[in-house]
Amino acid sequence: MNAPLRRVAISVLVLFTLLIVNVNIIQVVRSESLRGDNRNTRVLAETYDRERGSIIVDGNEVAMSVPTDGRLTYLRTYPQGPLYAPITGYHSLVYGNTYLEDVMDDVLSGEDDRLFVRRIADLFTGRDPAGGDVVLTLDPDVQAAAMAGLDGLTGAVVALDPATGAILGMASTPTYDPGLVAGHDPEAIRQNMEQITGSDPDPRVNRAIADNYPPGSLFKVITAAAALQEGYTPETVVPAVDLLTLPQTTQTLSNFNGSSCSSSQEQRLIDSLTISCNTAFAQLGIDLGEESIREMAEAFGLDDEGQEIPLDVAPSTIGEIESAAALGQTSIGQRDVRMTVLQAALVAATVANDGRQMRPYLIDEQRAPDLSVLESTDPEVLREPISAEIADQLTEMMVSVVARGSGRAARLPGMEVAGKTGTAQVREGVPDHNWFMGFAPADDPEIAVAVFVANGGSTGGDLSAPIARDVMAAYFEGQG
Amino acid sequence: MAGPVTDPRGPGATTPTRRGTEAALLAFAVLITVVAQAIVDLTVTGSLRPEMATFSAWITVLWVVAHLVVRRWASYADPLLLPAVALLVGLGLTVIHRLDLASERAGEVAREDAPVQLVWATLGVTLFVAVLVVVRDHRTLSRFAYTLALLGIALLALPAVLPASISEVNGAKIWIRVAGFSIQPGEFAKICLVVFFAAYLVDKRDVLALASKKVAGLELPRGRDLGPVLLAWILSILVLVFERDLGSSLLLFGIFVVMLYVATERASWLFIGLALFAGGAMIAYQIFAHVQARVDTWLDPSAYYDGAGYQLMQSLFGLGTGGLFGAGLGGGRPDQVPVAKSDFIAAAVGEELGLFGLVAVIVVYLILVERGLRTSLVVRDAFGKLLAAGLAFAIAWQVFVVLGGVTGLLPLTGLTTPFLAYGGSSLVANFVLVALLVRISDAARRPATPHAPSMRLGDAPTEVVTP
Repeated sequence: MNAPLRRVAISVLVLFTLLIVNVNIIQVVRSESLRGDNRNTRVLAETYDRERGSIIVDGNEVAMSVPTDGRLTYLRTYPQGPLYAPITGYHSLVYGNTYLEDVMDDVLSGEDDRLFVRRIADLFTGRDPAGGDVVLTLDPDVQAAAMAGLDGLTGAVVALDPATGAILGMASTPTYDPGLVAGHDPEAIRQNMEQITGSDPDPRVNRAIADNYPPGSLFKVITAAAALQEGYTPETVVPAVDLLTLPQTTQTLSNFNGSSCSSSQEQRLIDSLTISCNTAFAQLGIDLGEESIREMAEAFGLDDEGQEIPLDVAPSTIGEIESAAALGQTSIGQRDVRMTVLQAALVAATVANDGRQMRPYLIDEQRAPDLSVLESTDPEVLREPISAEIADQLTEMMVSVVARGSGRAARLPGMEVAGKTGTAQVREGVPDHNWFMGFAPADDPEIAVAVFVANGGSTGGDLSAPIARDVMAAYFEGQG
Repeated sequence: MAGPVTDPRGPGATTPTRRGTEAALLAFAVLITVVAQAIVDLTVTGSLRPEMATFSAWITVLWVVAHLVVRRWASYADPLLLPAVALLVGLGLTVIHRLDLASERAGEVAREDAPVQLVWATLGVTLFVAVLVVVRDHRTLSRFAYTLALLGIALLALPAVLPASISEVNGAKIWIRVAGFSIQPGEFAKICLVVFFAAYLVDKRDVLALASKKVAGLELPRGRDLGPVLLAWILSILVLVFERDLGSSLLLFGIFVVMLYVATERASWLFIGLALFAGGAMIAYQIFAHVQARVDTWLDPSAYYDGAGYQLMQSLFGLGTGGLFGAGLGGGRPDQVPVAKSDFIAAAVGEELGLFGLVAVIVVYLILVERGLRTSLVVRDAFGKLLAAGLAFAIAWQVFVVLGGVTGLLPLTGLTTPFLAYGGSSLVANFVLVALLVRISDAARRPATPHAPSMRLGDAPTEVVTP
């Protein structure tokens, strides 16, 4: 029996070698990825022993760590959870970090290299290590108005200071309370998360930056900018037919509800924008040519990937343009054009800021635990797609939109508002997206806003413009 | 085995008992246990608990008694078996204590499991002693083969016939829960059946080794001799059907097939066993939802993270976070793995002691198994050979299946890690198993007939061993 016994002994050796090889693979080869997996809460749990820094809006913490008596020393709380959830994200024992809690984790957790010396000092002085604070550019009045405006809808709002690029408001609905998944009881966290993700659409997504949507007529501002660049003026008379047959096709393009833009089948460019005439802008785009439209769109920041505010921003794009017919549809913001809500706000802010696009930013200041400033953000010109003169002309046209045209619901007492509505077809049988972008006061802009309501089923002028008006009103009220 | 002088079976030389080696190794195991316990306390609570002295004394007494009994009643026993067990049990107690502290810190009012496990270990050592004192010659066991077979099957079947309220935990119907204690009779059935297999196969191996025809170099057994292996297969399937115990089913069948192979020296039995296993596995996968779930979870645990894959993913996270050197005893978060104390204790070891610690544990198991197989090689009687091989392979197979499961190499089966994991029946039963190995190893190393003068006079260059 000894021969088979020896073979059994060797087989056992082989089996155990398999075990050892497998353990090596897990603990050495896969160690880094397993350790870094955002569902692995071990590393995260360690951070609960340290006071995590706060996220601050206008002097108040919107995310903060409070000491507890439990096993984990600190509890992460979100005093106005749902209001700021799209920006703060969550810091969860079970589900890891998202949004600012994720992107700014180094500073908040105290792991940032700039806090290294302090950490060493903590070791020797016995001081409890702590994380740094992140101060946001948000205006609480603007944020609250934006969230209130979107209540019950699916959509997003972005408000910017056109002169600096500072983000004054960034709302996304539906929202949720990040505090529900930031507790210390994994079972409760899991149940709460199930509830949060159980609703459709997913409340955890920040719709202002995480996704892009067809902008519809908002894009006409870019088409108009391209036209002005080519020597058109707001007074230039352009063809505005009732039914436009797209080149080399039998496909026709009509105006909203099949209405007529002008009985004479032509009108001034400013009037075309005011009533958002589809046929006029489609024809205008075709006349200007793909290169002109594409260049202007890219000058405004479309097709620029890798934007960070510092949250990741999905790229906006003008899309493929295969034919003249496609160019016509692209020129009115249909076809493959996609824009994030932030991008829409940026377009409005660029017009408002004399053609200079400021880099959008959410973080005003990063502070060490001793409140010394680690880094503060300086406004920075990102692009200059149009001249001040063209910006003025666009402003004039956008003022007309709000004063007389499709954007009348955005009017504010005592000041001129510039804006543009958008009602984007999604696909057959699905309600349209409703957009508005604008800024105020038109002569000396302080705030630029973009409002997006997903599948609102109404028009940008009826549904989104009033929200933009309320957000701007809240801003001016807050300024006293 | 180098020169003739050190050869334990060498002519003229007196065979060393190696009890000194055992004592030294045991002392080392006790030292590691006590130091590890102290590290856990210091890391987690910052101070040594007062029970530390009692614990150290208790564990020392335990191994001293075991050693003295081996010295008295099995003086030629293999010197590595007991220390390997002592190390594993000590490490297990430490990790269980460490997890107790973790749940205390979490504010959970849980019964402390480490003291309970220590009581079980004490009971285990008691049975270890009893086996060595009562069973003076392992060959006497073969006389009770059929009684043990009946007992084994009865133990195996008991939970299946008991109401689920007594016998079912987490879907597996393998328990007997009485008065706060949980017993897994299957652990004892394993030993009874191995003894029976050994006796039966010694008896029938000549018949079972008969070949009918040769196919592709394999000598196939006769059709009518397929009876026993089919019976074992059916028994395993029954365990799977009525107790939903994938682990025991796999364990029993594997042990039987390997013992059959060792007894008959016919590789064809391995292939027949493998074919039957494959068939059984296919049927089980098709019929049982829980088997399917286990396999799906094994193939992609990440996809089932919110359900069945959570435990395995947590285990992998723990192992990965532990890395090469581990978080240190008390420094990790092994309590994040559900049931870390029993099924997933290896994950806790890997997380806190790192790759080096976990591999060391695997190597200790390997030493235990290989010493058992070596015993089987050396012992003279066929029954002892088969019994030692069966017992040693039982440990090997169980460790492979459990650790393979915890590390994602194999589907999870629900077997416990021998000696290491929390669980009374497993610990006590494995002490009995090792007692039998110690007993056989004593017979293996003991000079054949030390008092017979003929051996000394013979001065023969080699010993005549009748297999």
